Amino acid sequence: MKKDIAYVATEMLPELPAPVNTHGPIAWMRANLFSTTRDSVLTILFTVVVLLALYKLLPWLLIDSVFLADSLRNCREIDTGGCFAVVVSRFNQLIFGFYPPQLYWRPILTFVLMFVAFAPLLHDNLPRKMLWFTAVYPLLAYWMLWGGAIWGPLLILAMVAGVYFVYQYASKTLSAGLSLLAALAFVVVWLLFIQTNLSDAITSTIGFVGLEPIESDKFGGFLITFVIGVTGIVASLPIGIVLALGRGSDMPTVKMICVGFIEFIRGVPLITLLFVASTLLNYFLPPGTNFDLILRVIIMVTLFAAAYMAEVIRGGLAALPRGQYEAADALGLNYWQGTQLIVLPQALKISIPGIVNTFIGLFKDTTLVSIIGLLDPIGIMQPIRSTAEWNGIVWELPIFVGLVFFIFCFTMSRYSMYFERKLDTGHRN
Amino acid sequence: MTVASDFADEAEPFRISQLIYDKRYRSYTIQVVTIMMFMLAVAWLVNNVVENFRELGKDFSFSFLFDAASYDINQRLIDYSSDSPHWRAAVVGILNTLVVAVLGCIFATVIGVAVGVARLSKNWLVSRLMTIYIEGLRNVPVLLWILLASTAFSAILPSPRQAVPLLGGGFVPTNRGFYLPAPVFESGAMFLGILFLASLVAAWIFKRWAAARQQATGEILPVLWIRLGIIIVPTFLMYFILGMPIGLELPELKGFNFQGGLYVRNSFMALWLALSLYTGAFIAENVRAGIQAISHGQTEAASSLGLPASRTMNLVVLPQALRIIIPPLISQYLNLTKNSSLAIAVGYMDITGTLGGITLNQTGREMETLLLVMLFYLVVSLLISAAMNIYNSSVALKER
Repeated sequence: MKKDIAYVATEMLPELPAPVNTHGPIAWMRANLFSTTRDSVLTILFTVVVLLALYKLLPWLLIDSVFLADSLRNCREIDTGGCFAVVVSRFNQLIFGFYPPQLYWRPILTFVLMFVAFAPLLHDNLPRKMLWFTAVYPLLAYWMLWGGAIWGPLLILAMVAGVYFVYQYASKTLSAGLSLLAALAFVVVWLLFIQTNLSDAITSTIGFVGLEPIESDKFGGFLITFVIGVTGIVASLPIGIVLALGRGSDMPTVKMICVGFIEFIRGVPLITLLFVASTLLNYFLPPGTNFDLILRVIIMVTLFAAAYMAEVIRGGLAALPRGQYEAADALGLNYWQGTQLIVLPQALKISIPGIVNTFIGLFKDTTLVSIIGLLDPIGIMQPIRSTAEWNGIVWELPIFVGLVFFIFCFTMSRYSMYFERKLDTGHRN
Repeated sequence: MTVASDFADEAEPFRISQLIYDKRYRSYTIQVVTIMMFMLAVAWLVNNVVENFRELGKDFSFSFLFDAASYDINQRLIDYSSDSPHWRAAVVGILNTLVVAVLGCIFATVIGVAVGVARLSKNWLVSRLMTIYIEGLRNVPVLLWILLASTAFSAILPSPRQAVPLLGGGFVPTNRGFYLPAPVFESGAMFLGILFLASLVAAWIFKRWAAARQQATGEILPVLWIRLGIIIVPTFLMYFILGMPIGLELPELKGFNFQGGLYVRNSFMALWLALSLYTGAFIAENVRAGIQAISHGQTEAASSLGLPASRTMNLVVLPQALRIIIPPLISQYLNLTKNSSLAIAVGYMDITGTLGGITLNQTGREMETLLLVMLFYLVVSLLISAAMNIYNSSVALKER
């Protein structure tokens, strides 16, 4: 055999590199940048534009810019570029506003604890007992930020426990709906008659135990953005779920009220609602009630976000196949059981991208509070600009604020994409 | 059948507890309770308002609308002076809102479509730059963009004396605003306008005729070129026959400022540009998603039918993509219209600035002014959504 075929190679030929025009950077550029004449023209045009922009901006932004100086004039003496020293020297104000510096640990700790509170919601493998902390966190955050006696938050905790017992006790004899009403009545009675009186009584007998109270007008910078944004979104989620369920209800009056609320809120700009918060909301409350502007803004922002949230969740409910509702009925579950165990877990999962988008939108929209005079990052630029040291600063502050917003919003949108993929456990094509 | 009717005949007498435990009656109980609670809440709110008003000695009336506004508005489309009543100030504001909203929607759509298509480009550099544009614009608050645009105009553009007129003197950007040529209508302009409208109608009739002819004979006419001809040629000829009845008045530098032409303030330009760029980024994403949603099989099916690329786009891809793009597009228009209320941040006098701003502060009638402002936005939103619903039902898949 071997003799017959003398020309068979006995060794493999060495591997040659791929031809240059199918592999490597040149091939990549050919395929992706210069594949047609039009492509080449566009590539060259855009390259020139980008290079020109970088050539104009980079020196100002990075090379000639000043990061350490105590006034604008000092900046100009040092170099010709952007004077980012204003951001460095007023950093605390941009973050905390006029919050007392010796108490910065309170907002910082609140911010860190927020991640601890959110962690069990975002990661399944953490111990479920952490959810207790999540439940307590809103009160804790309020108390940490605004300070004051500990008795108020503790009494609210007592009220929540009371609500639980009232509901448990009532549901032994009454239906779910009526027990819910009883619990609601308990809350109203507690808030109207017991809360403040009892809190005052305890303060007068035991004395003041708590943190130094901070007025709302001391709040500013990104602290306001976070307080309003996070509270708004967290509080709007349950309201939004209720509204979405109400909108899908087959009871005409319930449906009408929900649709009316949602469409009204979605039909008007947030700024008009903020005007309502700043000038009008007190008229709707019993005479003599006067509470804090930030709280009023949070209420309106929550209602605003709730309407958008309701639409997002309604989309999730509508995307659920009809069979899921029917399956719940067929198992003999009542409305609340079916909703809680079968419909909502799936509908909320579908709605996660929408919920995150609503949150990003709300986070950006918190800047509107600067128009009604709160010193959020945009509102605080003017006071900083009007000081003697930094008078004449133009671009540096908005660039910094915009960059921070970009980092947060971009991260959140990417995280939601990741979360979406992770939760995509369905078997649809 | 008989079994069911037997049960119905044996129906027990109605008991009160059925209102809670019987599914047939429970919804009535819930609805009655809901209505009662709703009414109670409304009554509580109204009662609070009445008491608060009485305490402050205020009344609820809209008569202030007919008092003199006694403030000036520097940008207006209709006659207005500080002697004009408040309602006229409100109308000026409404028109200003509508102008910036409509122009913003148009420009945002142009940007959005261009960027959205470019983002799908095979050119790596182009698609990357468009991604940067979209992500950069979307993730920063629109209020910041509006303020930045306004700062940019006042800080970068030259003063009128040093301004460089562009486009043959027709377009002068300055730090006080933009000067544009103004059209001047002479006698005969009216006739020209009517002729133009008539040629639009003629072009539309021709399109229907051509479509019917194609259905009947299968012959395709160069519809686009003929229609363009019908629209442009007669008006163009008549323009010269009538001796050019529509001229342009160019802005001229006189003393410290430009005179003549159209003067557009920076506040408007900043608001318009920022809103368009911001909303354009969102629209670009909608456009991209719409185009990507059309499966590749559709394009392949069209080419296997022998349709050329342009017809594939017009007859197969676009009609399907539009069905996906239009609903979110309309909601972007709504967002833009609502965001135009941020005009107040740069001093452009829209409805929020006039009625919800100065009028509110001057008259102290928060309730009435804010109600009217909200009512205006509600009406606009509802009109736009109604238009969207009509469009949606007209393009919805006709299923059996």
